[in-house]
Amino acid sequence: MLLELQDVTLLYGRIQALHGISMTVGEGEIVALIGANGAGKTTTMRAISGLRPVAQGSIRFNGEDITKMRADLRVVRGVSQSPEGRGIFPGMTVRENLEMGAYTRRNRAEIKEDMDRAFTLFPRLKEREKQVGGTMSGGEQQMLAVGRALMSRPKLLLLDEPSMGLAPMLIQQIFDIIVEINQQGTTVLLVEQNAQQALSRAHRAYVLETGRIVKSGTGSELLHDPSVKDAYLGVA
Amino acid sequence: MTTTETPPTGAVPAAEKKNWRTSGGVRGWFGRQHWAVRTVLALVFAAVAYLLPYAGDVPVLGPQIITEGIDWPSALFNMSYYVLLALGLNVVVGFAGLLDLGYVGFFAVGAYTVAMLTSPDSVLHTEWPWLAAIPVALAIAMLSGLILGWPTLRLRGDYLAIVTLGFAEIIRIFATSSETLRGDRGFSDIPHPPGSYADGKPIFGVADATPYYWLGLSVIILVIFGVRNLDRSRVGRSWLAIREDEEAAEIMGVRTIKYKLWAFAIGAFIGGLGGVMFAGQQGFMNSQTFILQFSILVLAGVVMGGSGNLFGAILGGALISYIPDRLRGIEDPIFHTDLFGFRFAIFGLVIIAIMIFRPQGLIPSRRRAMELKDREKEVAPQ
Repeated sequence: MLLELQDVTLLYGRIQALHGISMTVGEGEIVALIGANGAGKTTTMRAISGLRPVAQGSIRFNGEDITKMRADLRVVRGVSQSPEGRGIFPGMTVRENLEMGAYTRRNRAEIKEDMDRAFTLFPRLKEREKQVGGTMSGGEQQMLAVGRALMSRPKLLLLDEPSMGLAPMLIQQIFDIIVEINQQGTTVLLVEQNAQQALSRAHRAYVLETGRIVKSGTGSELLHDPSVKDAYLGVA
Repeated sequence: MTTTETPPTGAVPAAEKKNWRTSGGVRGWFGRQHWAVRTVLALVFAAVAYLLPYAGDVPVLGPQIITEGIDWPSALFNMSYYVLLALGLNVVVGFAGLLDLGYVGFFAVGAYTVAMLTSPDSVLHTEWPWLAAIPVALAIAMLSGLILGWPTLRLRGDYLAIVTLGFAEIIRIFATSSETLRGDRGFSDIPHPPGSYADGKPIFGVADATPYYWLGLSVIILVIFGVRNLDRSRVGRSWLAIREDEEAAEIMGVRTIKYKLWAFAIGAFIGGLGGVMFAGQQGFMNSQTFILQFSILVLAGVVMGGSGNLFGAILGGALISYIPDRLRGIEDPIFHTDLFGFRFAIFGLVIIAIMIFRPQGLIPSRRRAMELKDREKEVAPQ
């Protein structure tokens, strides 16, 4: 297993946000994490990327215990996140944002290669290369956030709500690109409110409710599960 | 009519429209020049700065510029250490985006270390020359930055501001009440910088402040080079990322605490340098020098000049010192007292005017402007 969470609990002050989450992500998979607002999806992501310390439990990545590791070292190990709300650097240009994504790397030639790859995946970013991040539209910022997360050459790509605030056409497009990235060899853990899209693209998925995993299965299993349909897919 | 001259809107696509402002104004123009041209311009600018003590000799314009109530070279020296402080604070506030309200604390640490090591009033009785005390003073200032920063830099925004405010007050109150730091009595006979003319008279005397100004200016130029290089390095890039979005910076792999500590330490170093210069010129200092107002004033200067922009910080630092000094010795028309008494009222008006007409500061940082806009968007209701 590339990523393994075991009984992870996490506290915001005295409020418990995660009540013992256990989940795995295998190499080469797309795994989706679905659930309502406040279920703990983003918190789980933050625990994995190291932005919040976990209270109990352990996180193993690529055979190594990273439970207490600093966030910047997790990036070096191969964990990369496209954060919720995109987290674009507003005063940096598209190119500078992408260069920030390669912050932990030194090899100029490889960085150039990945920059070209990001521009191939998102031709729009190439057009906007010299534009500052803050002036771009929501969809463009989302592409930039995903492209930037790829610039560290991650083993595991964490995508937090990549479809948030996007037009239906763009949602299709961004999911197509996620599948493409996965086929090129990057493991993806995906947090989504758009359960329909997420479940139809993911190999496996977990359903999160108030900080607990209540269901798991393959994407198509959950897609046809009556209770999941009822709660998250908007069809009775 | 001016309206007839403007081309019909939409005739020129926005992307192709090039005017003075969109192509970067003065800075854009400067950046497009050949490096030799830029060097010559910078040298001319520096030469003018070095010649400022003689500004009074310039016909017509000169007497308008120089101060009346305080001798002009002294006013220039005051400006030089304010500029130094503004440059240092700009690293902390402008580059790394950490709101430090207690910056005067580092100035005090630098000045007090010099006083302790050099003044005959000190309990240490070392009576070192000024020059020898500098490295120790700067090291201690930097160390105090690290010591303050280590526990506090995990705080953000307003919380950090309050802790730093407390730090400066602790230093001041400690200096006031401590027997070792001599409170109001202060330290006298702090030695001046070394050097003498051919006839044996010291260069850095009591009567003429011009050499101190030149020394201050030279230090400023060195600091500008240092800070500029830092800003363009990986360190500067890390600061920029932290300032724009600390969390995003962290998941890019920036070790945020390390670079925040660096910003604090470098800021403290430059602040300490200001204190060293101050002590060397004044010869006397006590705890009244380091009031909180001082921190706020320097911060106002940085924000007024243009936070995050080196030349904005320099201009702001110079203005906060120049405006009150310029008001000295001018009689106001209503109460017939010294206008200097109204300095804070006038200063307040100037700041309000700048905040209305140039909210990003007089020489703004373009990135900073973008960040402010981005933050407005976040605050706006969805």
